[in-house]
Amino acid sequence: MNSQSTSSEAQAEAAAPKGFLRRAWESDIAWSFRHSPVAIVSAVVFLVLVLGAVFAPLLAPYNPFDPSTLNLMDGFTVPMGQGLGSGELYWLGTDDQGRDIFSTILYGLRISLFIGLMAVLFAAVLGVTLGLIAGYFGGWIEAVIMRVADVQITFPSILIAMLIFGIARGLTPPELRDQMAIWVLIVSIGLSDWVYFARTVRSSTIVEAQKEYVHAARLIGRKPGAILRKHLLPNVMGPVLVIATIYLALAIIAEATLSFLGVGAPPTKPSLGTLIRIGQDYLFSGEWWILLFPSLTLLALALSVNLLGDWLRDVLNPKLR
Amino acid sequence: MLAYVIRRVAQGALVLAIVGFVSFSMFRFMGDPLENILGQEATVLDRQELEDRLGINKPVLVQYFKFMAGALQGEFGVSYRNAIPVAEVIAERLPATLELALVSGIFAALFGIALGVYTAIRRDGFLANFIMTTSLIGVSLPTFLIGILLIWVFAVELGWLPSFGRGETGTMFGRPSSLTSWSGIRALILPSVTLGLYQMTLIMRLVRSEMLEVLRTDYIRFAHARGLSSRAIHFRHALTNTLIPVITIIGLQVGQIIAFAVVTETVFQWPGVGSLFIQAVQFVDIPVMAAYLLLVGSLFVVINLIVDLLYLVIDPRLRVERGAGAH
Amino acid sequence: MSDNTAQPLLRVRDLVVEIPTRRGLLRPVNGVSFDVERGEILGVVGESGAGKSITGAAIIGLLDSPSRIASGEVWLDGERIDNLDNEGLRKVRGRQIGTIFQDPLTSLNPLLPIGDQLAETAMVHLSISRAEARERALAALVEVGIPAAAQRIDAYAHEFSGGMRQRVVIALALIAEPRFVIADEPTTALDVSVQAQILSLLRSLCVKRNTGVMLITHDMGVIAETTDRVAVLYAGRLAEIGPTRDVVESPGHPYSRGLMAATPSPSELADKDLRLNQIPGSMPGLLDVPAGCAFHPRCEFVKDRCRNAVPTSYPSGNSHSACFLHDAEALS
Repeated sequence: MNSQSTSSEAQAEAAAPKGFLRRAWESDIAWSFRHSPVAIVSAVVFLVLVLGAVFAPLLAPYNPFDPSTLNLMDGFTVPMGQGLGSGELYWLGTDDQGRDIFSTILYGLRISLFIGLMAVLFAAVLGVTLGLIAGYFGGWIEAVIMRVADVQITFPSILIAMLIFGIARGLTPPELRDQMAIWVLIVSIGLSDWVYFARTVRSSTIVEAQKEYVHAARLIGRKPGAILRKHLLPNVMGPVLVIATIYLALAIIAEATLSFLGVGAPPTKPSLGTLIRIGQDYLFSGEWWILLFPSLTLLALALSVNLLGDWLRDVLNPKLR
Repeated sequence: MLAYVIRRVAQGALVLAIVGFVSFSMFRFMGDPLENILGQEATVLDRQELEDRLGINKPVLVQYFKFMAGALQGEFGVSYRNAIPVAEVIAERLPATLELALVSGIFAALFGIALGVYTAIRRDGFLANFIMTTSLIGVSLPTFLIGILLIWVFAVELGWLPSFGRGETGTMFGRPSSLTSWSGIRALILPSVTLGLYQMTLIMRLVRSEMLEVLRTDYIRFAHARGLSSRAIHFRHALTNTLIPVITIIGLQVGQIIAFAVVTETVFQWPGVGSLFIQAVQFVDIPVMAAYLLLVGSLFVVINLIVDLLYLVIDPRLRVERGAGAH
Repeated sequence: MSDNTAQPLLRVRDLVVEIPTRRGLLRPVNGVSFDVERGEILGVVGESGAGKSITGAAIIGLLDSPSRIASGEVWLDGERIDNLDNEGLRKVRGRQIGTIFQDPLTSLNPLLPIGDQLAETAMVHLSISRAEARERALAALVEVGIPAAAQRIDAYAHEFSGGMRQRVVIALALIAEPRFVIADEPTTALDVSVQAQILSLLRSLCVKRNTGVMLITHDMGVIAETTDRVAVLYAGRLAEIGPTRDVVESPGHPYSRGLMAATPSPSELADKDLRLNQIPGSMPGLLDVPAGCAFHPRCEFVKDRCRNAVPTSYPSGNSHSACFLHDAEALS
């Protein structure tokens, strides 16, 4: 009797509408987060960068891409210095054309984050879809998908991204290339990383597809599409989230690398990598701030996402490599 | 054992066939090379003349066989950008890349293994912990930032080392090489460190964790119980067992090194095939891209094959067939 | 005969091993004392966790960090060895004290031919050349009964069967002719059919060389067949020590009694209706060793005194038992 009453009490407590925030606060992930200084610092840094990127048009003191606001006389202003032409204060200095470095960084961050997030989203959607199909249907479909994955994984993904970027450039008319560059980048990086999602999802799907409830769903005549979407997809989302965080860091670095090499975001829509490419030219002439601040921003972004990914991997799935 | 070797070779051939297919498709079906070379104002006659020279007016199948047969002989067509045979450009630039990759690879492997062993043996030491923490940041740094940082410190601020080019090149094995002169060796240092640093960190972390694993095994305990010296235990017994899994990773890292040579060569203006490839991507120079793909693909396949065969040499357990045959 | 014959080969006095942990200080070995004479095989028996293996590891100074010898003394042939530095201990290991571990497969380096492992051990301890070391390695393999030893000296561990591997391990432990051997569960990982061969090999080699042996096992059958004397460990303490025959036939400590009763003799095994006499309860974990005699919660003779005081060793027949039942003063 006693045990019954306590269990019904527990049920009542569980059923009682506890606020979502409260439940989230009490979850294991939140506990581990509160006890990991590295995760907290990384999250704060990442959040600041994301907010800066999202609200760039509001936060940036200047619009670096509106030529009418530029004052060439303000060029090469040192950090915390006043422009020779306008007499205005520039926190992080200006570049050769008098563009405010702080503002270009905010806009560059916006483009870097956008490309990184979209590339990972693209890779995840493609990888999860192909992984589910390979794991559920098996047979020759699986063989084809996984062989392609095997061959692709032999090659470093940055090379594949460059190659796809080159091919895509070849397929777009030259006059549209700069305009399309950002979308081409997203597809290139996404296509170079789908393999990692597909492999994990496939193996989770194979395990899950053998369980009773999937058999039952099949027996009552549900269509494969519905089974994949309603039953299998939710079960593979945990590892996908972890991989997505890890590959967000890699996608951001890949984008920066491609843009730095001049095969990424164009100078008209510069990402952090493009800014570093531009700043590198001033390394020898002493205008260090044009290079340093975009580099530090990229470093903070890559490091915070990387550390968050590491932490999340340890918490959610210690077995995932 | 023979079956193992045959299977590996067959797998490599399959990868090459697929890479060859992609390479040919790019070569044949992409873009309008004539327009790329001649510009939009070219006359019909100009176009025809160039079509004949590039051979892109023949049937697809003929072109395919021509492409593959040519590729086997190191013949990759003519660069769209400057109308020089691709093979010539690559032959001129490949030694520089291989030299850079080789030196970085050796740097990464030597320092990676040495630091990995050190941090494993002095597990709780101050220096070992410091190295481990630093390496965590090193893994997050993009290669090109490392390169820029090194240039800034050693070339701009200290002025110790050159920031670009190969320095004076002499001749080694009939090819120009930076290793023959002091200025060439100095020019190699920064690019090699940049290219090898990430791989070094990776190898170091791997060697450390494998070594810690091995040091916990029974045969290491037994070696201690037999009174062997720490040096013999660490290097003769633990290290050899550590290196078996490490060799695969090192082999795969060679691929990464060649891939990231593209980045390093651009940062240091190193005249290798990597910077050639980047220029080809910028200018949509399809033959060069296709040739680079095939070249790198073959390199990866060969490296993976060598790694697999090295296993046979190092691990006697894989040579079971031979062992059983002898007794 | 040396001057040291008056002293036992190995003398262990009040050995205490401690492991500092977050939940407190553990004592896996808690005040153990015993001697081993030349040419004698001392069996050390007890359940897993009783401190058998840790005692062995402590003697050769191979405790896994953070375990450490907290107090007590270990003497070998009249020389104290528990306070030696690393280099001193290294010279004792292999040369003075040979060690044999449980699993012969994992005890051998898989990547080195067994001949190389033998030769390197010989070269470390005896100042001999590589060629002499190899000759010695071959002789050692012949001695432990490896057939066609000359052909198999360059073979790898995985090319031998389990029993042959353990012979190789014995050859490795004995190649520098140590005076004392610690054999930690040497037959546990082997087939039953091979166990007896390995034990008789070990016994004959040690008798021939007048080597003292500490044979650690949880198998009373091995104790009864192989050892001259036996020490029974319980929760890190010595429960009883004495001639094997006496301890097996008339155990003095209630725990030994239970242990013997739980091990069927061959004649008993033939009896189909046999019910083993299990000791009620189980050995306490290191975190909750009870006060007083560690065995008292399971003991059928328990007295108030047992709950409060730790019994010292009292003579019981030819043996010594750490039990108040044998406290002559209390009885009188």
